[in-house]
Amino acid sequence: MTTSPPAAAPTIDAGELERFSQLADEWWNPRGKMAPLHKFNPVRLAYIRDAACRQFGRDARRIDSLRDLRILDIGCGGGILSEPLGRLGAQVVGADPAEANVVAARRHAAEQGVSVDYRATTAEALEAAGERFDIVLAMEVVEHVADVPLFISCCAAMVAPGGLMIAATLNRTFKSFALAIVGAEYVLGWLPRGTHQWDKFVTPGELRRAIEPTGLKVSDEAGVVYDLLADRWQLSGDIDVNYMLTAERMR
Amino acid sequence: MNKDIPARADVMIAGGGFAGLALAIALRQGLGDAFTVVVADPALDHPIADARSSAIAAAARRLFSALGVWDEVVSHAQPILDMVISDSKLEDVVRPTFLTFAGEVAPGEPFAHMVENGRLLAALHGRAAADGIVLASDAVARFATGPDRVAVTLAGGASVETRLLVAADGARSALREQAGIGTVGWSYGQSAIVTTVAHERDHRGRAVEHFLPAGPFAILPLTGRRSSIVWTETTAEATRILALDDAGFHHELERRFGLSLGELSAVGRRGAFPLGLKVARSFIAERFALLGDAAHMIHPIAGQGLNLGLRDVAALAEAMVDAARLGLDCGGATVLERYQQWRRFDTLSMGLATDGINRLFSNRSDVLRLARDIGLGMVERLPALKELFIHEAAGITGEVPRLLKGEAL
Repeated sequence: MTTSPPAAAPTIDAGELERFSQLADEWWNPRGKMAPLHKFNPVRLAYIRDAACRQFGRDARRIDSLRDLRILDIGCGGGILSEPLGRLGAQVVGADPAEANVVAARRHAAEQGVSVDYRATTAEALEAAGERFDIVLAMEVVEHVADVPLFISCCAAMVAPGGLMIAATLNRTFKSFALAIVGAEYVLGWLPRGTHQWDKFVTPGELRRAIEPTGLKVSDEAGVVYDLLADRWQLSGDIDVNYMLTAERMR
Repeated sequence: MNKDIPARADVMIAGGGFAGLALAIALRQGLGDAFTVVVADPALDHPIADARSSAIAAAARRLFSALGVWDEVVSHAQPILDMVISDSKLEDVVRPTFLTFAGEVAPGEPFAHMVENGRLLAALHGRAAADGIVLASDAVARFATGPDRVAVTLAGGASVETRLLVAADGARSALREQAGIGTVGWSYGQSAIVTTVAHERDHRGRAVEHFLPAGPFAILPLTGRRSSIVWTETTAEATRILALDDAGFHHELERRFGLSLGELSAVGRRGAFPLGLKVARSFIAERFALLGDAAHMIHPIAGQGLNLGLRDVAALAEAMVDAARLGLDCGGATVLERYQQWRRFDTLSMGLATDGINRLFSNRSDVLRLARDIGLGMVERLPALKELFIHEAAGITGEVPRLLKGEAL
């Protein structure tokens, strides 16, 4: 296992790192502080699975639909995303700069009997080591990094020919300020205050401009909205707050 | 039959009745051979002895079609083409009809079919075995729940680790008790006498429900010139009638049945079942779910007990299949909460509705009788309300799980 000195990596913000380390033990409690992420998990998993099944000709109804696909989950936290992907048969590398997260994730995967390769490392270190993946995931991390174009180019470099990069993040709009900061952190109390900094949110235009020079081609963009009545997140054409984006490296 | 019980299973279902087997088949068909399903029931290797018949509502019939079970049953299924309800005293010679339903939910699709339980169970057994479900003729003796799995011990000594234990072990569920889940409800002090009769004339697919003072007396059409009888009496009276000799039983039966279908002859065994309303306080616990009669037992007045159980099956199967296909823990709290949210309101409303109907009709008061006749008469005259009743009885209102629409998972 590689343990790089996280503070030295250029895309990691030291303050952010400390915040998530404190949360590590809370990751797997579906009724705890991470409840909103557990609620959000099915919609992003379905988006990733369906994109992967289209790209690699898999049957999404199978419980091993991602068998042997090599997937990198950047900012894997406690493994809420990595572990289900591993259960679907993918060879997942879960990378997180916070050692506490990686430890929590590793312990949980072992209890569940799911195989995931968790590493306390950064996207830069993996890229420098020449790692290549069928799918590189940057889910809910872009809004936490210090240098978005640098981070994206690093992610893109690890996408194998014919592979995908999928990113999910928050748009920087008045609506996202109202919903994601005021609503989720202050009114509803879904997220601890200070989880997000609105000025670090990334518009789809900025994300596309960061992807363009990397040689990847954006192939899909989808909004995600919360359906209050059904109490679940759903895909939508509305990209004002949460959105996901898929980019493809041509063969 | 027991030699191949695996040490690990994705799901363990205690109870091989309709609900348990249907869930097993739905999960296996939805998730494939890599998903291990074990059904444990000591009765699995006994010949099927259930002499009762059931009304299969349209939604449940769609589920059986989607599971590939209906084709095996259809030649033994009698469509209910219309339904007649009368309200009368036992001694009334003429029983006025207050409500008729000509029952189709869609062109060519009757709102219900009558099927003998034995035929349906045999078809479910056959399908389950063909789909590679592990059928263990053994009982679940005890279980211990951990955060990630349940350690289940069978009476025969085998132990199985599973992600989810489903209790489909009937109204007096021993596992529900072991899980410490209480029930709310009450007994009606009534029992249902059930038997099958043959008659001279063709029933033409008509179901008849006489609301007699002691409770409903239902004549439900079976294939051939036969009908299934569900006959409600006070428990004391039911015990007395059941103990009569054949001639005495026949006399009591004929007094209620009437002679509209000609001479009657008994063709089936008779039995009696106590009636009550019982709903579990919770349908779920950690890595544990109640299914079918183990979760609820309602008054059979509207023939909805089995259909409610199959609605449980459709909801739990869909919640589990959707989760498993995303790599999520299909026995985890999120899945179970979705199941419970989906089912509990529907169960309570159906339980209370059948309770209300029973209280309204199991009564000798002439005032009440007048009120309910006006009520039934109004339903008869309001087509939209009648339509709603038919669709509710057919189980196709509300947010409908895919299987109940006849779609594969």
